[in-house]
Amino acid sequence: MGFFIETMLGGLMTGMLYSLVALGFVLIFKASGVFNFAQGAMVLVAALAMARFSEWSNAALGGDSLFLANVIGIIGAGAVMFLVAWAVERFVLRKLVNQEGATLLMVTLGIAYVLEGLGQTFFGSEIYSINVGMPKDPVIMFEGLVEGGVMINKEDFIAAALAAVLVGGLTVFFQKTAIGRALRAVADDHQAAQSVGIPLNKTWVIVWCVAGLVALVAGIIWGSKMGVQFSLVTVALRALPVVILGGLTSVPGAIVGGLIIGVGEKLSEVYLGPFVGGGIEIWFAYVMALIVLLFRPQGLFGEKIINRV
Amino acid sequence: MFYRENGQFKTSYAADQQIFTIAQDKWFVWGLIAFAALAVPMLADEYMFRAILIPFLVLSLAALGVNLLVGYCGQITLGAGAFMAIGAYAAYNFMVRIDGMPLVLAMLLGGAAAAAFGILFGIPSLRVRGLYLAVATLAAQFLCDWAFLRIGWFTNYSSSGSVSVAKLEVLGWVVDSPVEKYLFCLAFVVVFAVIAKNLTRAAIGRQWMAIRDMDVAAEVIGIRPMFAKLSAFAVSSFFVGVAGALWGFVYLGSWEPAAFSVDRSFQLLFMVIIGGMGSIMGSFFGAAFIVILPIFLNQFLPFLGSLVGVTVSTAGVSHAEFIIFGSLIIFFLIVEPHGLARLWSIAKQKLRLWPFPH
Repeated sequence: MGFFIETMLGGLMTGMLYSLVALGFVLIFKASGVFNFAQGAMVLVAALAMARFSEWSNAALGGDSLFLANVIGIIGAGAVMFLVAWAVERFVLRKLVNQEGATLLMVTLGIAYVLEGLGQTFFGSEIYSINVGMPKDPVIMFEGLVEGGVMINKEDFIAAALAAVLVGGLTVFFQKTAIGRALRAVADDHQAAQSVGIPLNKTWVIVWCVAGLVALVAGIIWGSKMGVQFSLVTVALRALPVVILGGLTSVPGAIVGGLIIGVGEKLSEVYLGPFVGGGIEIWFAYVMALIVLLFRPQGLFGEKIINRV
Repeated sequence: MFYRENGQFKTSYAADQQIFTIAQDKWFVWGLIAFAALAVPMLADEYMFRAILIPFLVLSLAALGVNLLVGYCGQITLGAGAFMAIGAYAAYNFMVRIDGMPLVLAMLLGGAAAAAFGILFGIPSLRVRGLYLAVATLAAQFLCDWAFLRIGWFTNYSSSGSVSVAKLEVLGWVVDSPVEKYLFCLAFVVVFAVIAKNLTRAAIGRQWMAIRDMDVAAEVIGIRPMFAKLSAFAVSSFFVGVAGALWGFVYLGSWEPAAFSVDRSFQLLFMVIIGGMGSIMGSFFGAAFIVILPIFLNQFLPFLGSLVGVTVSTAGVSHAEFIIFGSLIIFFLIVEPHGLARLWSIAKQKLRLWPFPH
């Protein structure tokens, strides 16, 4: 029983991290109708920028103040993400207004390649570390409930709390603020939004910035957990079934989907894996998403898809 | 001046409906095939065959298959690598498990196995479109990656996980030198390109295109979406599966599941985008471009660097490759969504009027 709960909690924590990446997907899709395959590359670039800027600032200032280095790192990485958002809008999206979704999807694949190449050219392609002072020691919980208690990393808790705060903030942003509404209008119809006076170009820069910041948060958390390296890009492929499961247009869907996938992956790996040779977690997530797709094409929380001729 | 249809009169329906209505086009293609079959084996050296020509031919066959699905039927797939793997491993199993299995038949059966799985993973396309479908095909990719790595039966319980084919023999002809391998691939590619061209001109190809352009409208005028979509998946997977078998048997010789990873799927999709969606010729342009570009950059960038006094490292070259790849994809989607094939047809159009501007 204790082991089951531990596995499940581990799954929930991983799921929370998937949700963070999935959130980036949802944001951009909600606000521009673009499915952003480059989200993984953005996470990588953000994490690389963060790691390198804090390293350089330490070297330049000669001090070893962790706080100062991290602040400089975050500011630097934020600036990089702003630059990325601006460049994407200026050189890519602006030229593809009113194109089909499939074209936009493929263009983000191109953006992903460019970002991966540029990021590694500027910031290097070694393995770097991010240290934002997150506690790494495990805590024991539920000692009264199950024998021996359940072991959880404190770090995971902080990550989960951060994700929750982000989600809450973003939900309010999308539902209550004028900019949020404008973003949703743009997602519905580029032309209609423009005709009621919503500046298309500005909203796109804003939403890519927000997605860049979400990528930065995801990059910091993933980076401090497993080091900043090229394999961070694959995080996007892990988070893809999450968005499909939760629904592409739903912020809460990204969270719930992430939790379901996280738990499903871990439980399947532990309880089903031994029978079929292990390593099943990656396709298990996809198959789960596939089954949901067959019955609810819009995902668990998505808006219903209506086809018009 | 030389390239125009003036004076070529059609006196029968059959003549009007042939593949190349302009005689010059027909002679050009015959000339190209003759050049590839007769002149290239004499001109090219072994490095050319191994590094450029054989991968180009096999990947253009795979790109052709992907193009039938993505370009003609409008169903995005990110699982092409998986179907290559299924083709390769199925052909391998037919070879190993059945005594006296002819090589070509094994490859075609490999393609058939891929087609069966193509239909299976194409079923979601009846419900979902666009990127949802891309995710569904990614499921095929990861499932196959896993299955060929972990399930021993597929690899005939080989201890290293890699499988190899001992001897390639077709009706007593042993295919072992690079030239013979090249000709073997060329034969496959020519036959399949003709099949693909004719399929797209026939009723089934027109159904695919109707589905691509607007599926609801196609349904209204009486095209069965289920048949059209699943047949596109089946035919495309068959092509890709045969290409996978060729890739494993002829190009690699011995291979591991990593040869058919998700990167391969992306690469095939890029070939189709850069070459031209919905164009047979475009598949070849795209494959040529993507096979040659990395080789070219590997040679050219260090040279360029040495000119300006900068040493370009191998890592630098591979990063530059990423950047140039990505930029080209963006460039093509913005400037020329129909790819290199479109430039080709514009050039032909210009040639018809030349030397007069209008």
